[in-house]
This record gives sequence, C-alpha cells and structure tokens, in this order.
Amino acid sequence: MAEFDKDQNPAGIEASNVTVTYRNGHTAIRDASFSIPNATICALVGVNGSGKSTLFKAIMGFVPLASGTVEILGKPAGRALKRNTVAYVPQNEDVDWDFPVLVEDVVMMGRFGHMGFLRRPSKTDHGHVESALKRVDMLDYRHRQIGQLSGGQKKRVFLARALAQESRIILLDEPFGGVDVKTEESIISLMRSMRDEGRVMLVSTHNLGSVPQFCDHVVLINQTVLADGPADVVFTRENLEQAFGGVLRFHVLGGQDLHDDDDAREVTVITDDERPFVLYGENDPAARSEKVPDKADHS
Amino acid sequence: MLELLWLPFTIDFMQQALITAVFLSIAAAVLSCFLVLRGWALMGDAISHAVLPGIVLAYAAGVPVVIGAFIAGMFCTIATGFMTEHSRLKEDTVMGIVFSGMFALGVVLFSFFAIDVHLHEILFGDILGLTWRDVWQTGVVALVCVSLVWFRRKDLIIHSFDPQHAKAIGLPVKALHYGLLILLSIVIVTALKVVGIILVIALLIAPGAIGYMMTDRFDTMLVYAVGSAVVASVTGIVLSFVLDSAPAPTIVLMLMVIFISVFLFAPVHGLIRSKRRARMPAPGLEST
Ligand SMILES: Nc1ncnc2c1ncn2[C@@H]1O[C@H](COP(=O)(O)OP(=O)(O)OP(=O)(O)O)[C@@H](O)[C@H]1O
Ligand SMILES: [Mg+2]
Repeated sequence: MAEFDKDQNPAGIEASNVTVTYRNGHTAIRDASFSIPNATICALVGVNGSGKSTLFKAIMGFVPLASGTVEILGKPAGRALKRNTVAYVPQNEDVDWDFPVLVEDVVMMGRFGHMGFLRRPSKTDHGHVESALKRVDMLDYRHRQIGQLSGGQKKRVFLARALAQESRIILLDEPFGGVDVKTEESIISLMRSMRDEGRVMLVSTHNLGSVPQFCDHVVLINQTVLADGPADVVFTRENLEQAFGGVLRFHVLGGQDLHDDDDAREVTVITDDERPFVLYGENDPAARSEKVPDKADHS
Repeated sequence: MLELLWLPFTIDFMQQALITAVFLSIAAAVLSCFLVLRGWALMGDAISHAVLPGIVLAYAAGVPVVIGAFIAGMFCTIATGFMTEHSRLKEDTVMGIVFSGMFALGVVLFSFFAIDVHLHEILFGDILGLTWRDVWQTGVVALVCVSLVWFRRKDLIIHSFDPQHAKAIGLPVKALHYGLLILLSIVIVTALKVVGIILVIALLIAPGAIGYMMTDRFDTMLVYAVGSAVVASVTGIVLSFVLDSAPAPTIVLMLMVIFISVFLFAPVHGLIRSKRRARMPAPGLEST
C-alpha cells in the first residue's frame, strides 16, 4: 500500500471563511474556517441540518462557494480533485442499489481516474481492486450485485473503492449509519491503518461515543464552525452543549443511582442519537476516552 | 404464408422501412439503458413532446430541424429544473405542465405556418414513405449513438450510478449530462419520420427496461436492449404488412409483448421466479 509523506507542510484540508448558499437562498454554512493536519482522522460533528453534508459538497466542489476557499494539501480543491486526491464515500441513501453493477465493478470505479481515455483496466488496476477488496474483507462477494449486500458490507465496498482510488484525502458521510458495532469496529480499525499510511479522513458521525476513541481531531459545526482542533481539547461537554443546544440528551447518574456505597462519583451520558458519549465522574477528562459502551447500552 | 412473410423484404419501400427501423431502434435502445437507470423515462417523454414547437419553427425558418428540436428540448429541461427549484412542486408535476404546454404551443404554431409536412406525419411518423436518404441518415445517427455510448459507457455508468464520485474523480459531468440530452434530442428528431414523436418514447424506454429485467450487468443489459428492439422492429413491420396495420404502433406492440414476457419469465427478476423464490426460502439463497 502506498505510503504518503506525513510531515508534508501544507495541511490536509484547510478551509477559510467558507460560505455556502444554496440556490433557494438558504445559507447552510457561514464563514466556516478550520484546518486538518496530515495523517489525521477528523470527526465532523453537529446536529441534523447543521451543514455536514453541505461541507462535504463544498469541499468536493459540488456546490459553489459564495465566498471563502478550500485548499487540499496546499492546492485549490478543484485542482486536487482532478488529480484523484480526494475520495468520497457517500451517505447510503445517495446510491441507487438496484443499479446493474457488481461489487468489483464499483471498486473498479475508483481506478477510472488512473485509466486512459477508453477506461480499459490494466493488470495494475485489477491488482488494486483485488487488494482493496481483500483489505475490507469483501473478496468473496466480488461477483455480487451491489444491492445484494447488507448495510455494513455496502459501506465496506465503498471504502474499498476509496482505497483503490489511492486517494490521500477521504471524505466519509456517516459511515456508521445503520452499521452494527462489530462492523463499526472493523471500519474504525481500517481507518486507523489508513491514517497510519498518512491519509486524511474527514468523517461525519452521530456516534458521539466513538469519536474520542478513534478521532484525533474534531470539527464541531452548526451553520458555522464552532470549534476545531485536537479531540482532547475540543470534544468537551461545554463545546458539545454549544453544538447541540437542546437536542442533546444528558443523563447524569449520581453516586447513589449507581451503587449503594458512599462512592460519590457520577457518570454523565451524552447522546445525540446513536452511540452515547460517556463522561465518568471526578471531572477527569482523561479517564473518559477509553471507556466506550456498546450501542446495547443505549439509554 | 411463408411467401407473404418474405414479400416485405423484396419491396423497395418495405426494405427502406425495415432498415431504417432497425437503425433507429438500435440508437434508441442504447440510450434507453441510461434513461431507465437514471429514472429519465418521464424526461424522455417530455422532451419528445416538447420538441414540437422547435421543429415547427425550424421548418418555418428553414434551418435543420435537429437544431430547433434540440433548443426546444433543452428549453423544456431547463425550464423544468428552474421551476422545480423555485416552487414547492415536485419535478414530475412541473415537467407534465411544461411539456404538455410546449406540445400545445407546437400544435398552435403549426397552424400559423404553411409547412409542407402533415402534423400527422410528425406525430406518428411516415415509415412507408421513406427515401434511401432517410435510411442512411438514420444509419449515421445509429452509428454515432452506438459508438459514443459504447466508448464512453463507463463514464456514463459512473455518472448515473454515483454522480458525486464522477465529480470526485474529475469526470466532465456537465458534458456527460448534456451530451446524453443532445443524443436524446437527435434520436427523437430521427424518429420523427419513422415512428413519430408520440411513440418514440416506447423505443426509448422499453428496450432498457427489458435489459434491466434480464441481467445485473450493464454490458449484458445493453445487448438485451438492442436485441429486443431490433427483433420488435423487424417483426413489427413484417406483421403490420401481413395484418395491414400501421407499422409504428405494431412495432410498439411487439416491444410490449417482449416486455411482458420478460416481466413474467425473466430468469432472476421475473415475476414467476421471484414468487417461487419467496415461497421456498431455499438454502441456495445465500449463493445467488
Ligand atoms: N439542495 C439543497 N437546497 C437547499 N437547501 C439545502 C439543500 N441541501 C441541504 N439544504 C439545507 O442546508 C442545511 C444543511 O443541510 P446538510 O444536508 O448539510 O445537513 P447535515 O448536517 O448533513 O444533516 P444530517 O445530519 O441530517 O445529514 C439544512 O438546513 C438543509 O435543509
Ligand atoms: Mg448529511
């Protein structure tokens, strides 16, 4: 697998004062600025309608920027796209699952930017497809029609496509939507290994609980960027309250709810809609990060 | 009986009709795959009706009808897009209004200009009154359609399946989108003389639908689409000769016969197979 230069100077993704106005006049993002370093998994967190998908579309140039700029590896986003630097893993509902293509055809689509005018796959292309499928553990399904897969398998196919594309920057819009804990773990470990190769991943998610577990960096968004930076600095209760307003559900379980002894420690469960984010007592931010309950514990 | 079936292949105007219909059905079938996959069926119908005012004005102004038809077709799609975005109506509602309006405008305009074609010919074609010139023109259109789609099919597939990925890897999505619309307008104009603008929609949808029911691979779908369209046009024309019926509707009827058979008996996606599979959730299910 390709290794990328991790210490390269320009940031992975750098957005400055980005404003996006849809054609119906609705301004979905206003004056958003953030910077994501290389070799990073960055979470994009915000309520429904806060502009996460819009931000992806802005980075990909699917919607015009009313103002501001997006730079990818120090180059204007448009130029980076032409060079196959950016891969996009779409939200589930954006894809027509009845389309007459097989799993391997979909992964091969990742190679098209590398092919000649007639898009004839070479040996190298086939090799990339095969190793990408192997890496996401989907090689046995290569001849299935794309719709005949489970939700988690579909996600993995699109991850394989991003791998085959050899992109340095990968945007994932809600990769954990409708995915069980086991698949989520395997997607996370795949993303970790991709980060270690020097890739940048921007991941929108509602699973607040998993964010500190696998993300190095967090961008909190609600129409604009509320906070961005390393996860342990930005992903705090105060910032989350600000990002989610009244939507977030807090459950503070005091000492007496949890145990019968005099232990006064308490647990704070913060949940958006999926994996809850849990703060364990004693106001010790370092203690929280490793303990992530399963979805089964959903309050 | 056999002689009667063979007769149309020996008469000049029947030969012209047969060859032209085959060319047209190949061109339309190739496009129909994309119309079906993109959910452009109504769009195809809309454009084929909306070209009428363009055709009439082009005849009147003495410019090639393709140009008039194309401008009218574009106007229809752009107006539909604009009105959908700036109202609370759904796209199919707006499209229905726009294309019927343009069609009506075409009919009204028709009575203002003294054009030496009959409205009936534009609407239903005049397949028995073709010339060899029409034959080779249709042949050129078919050749252009088939080769463009065949060589760019992979880009077109990505663009239909996942337009965001298409953009992400730097494909010229605008060119693909409008390229397909242009081809569509060209085929509709070519169909003018053969089946007319009312029935062309059958050629632009049914073959793709048939292919889609038969297979899970695009290239195979393309082959089924072209095959069924060619079979329907040849049998349709021969049958219309024998039955002394109008050729264009007979072609469309043959397509419907194929479609219904496929709908019922297709190997995987056919009604009977799906029903049978549902009744016995066999262990073999996992391996399909
Ligand atoms: N094509 C569009 N035209 C106009 N407004 C839009 C369009 N797409 C999204 N919006 C609006 O922009 C805002 C941001 O939408 P966006 O899809 O980016 O939210 P999101 O953060 O991805 O939400 P979710 O968590 O539900 O996926 C919303 O208020 C939405 O209504
Ligand atoms: Mg979204």
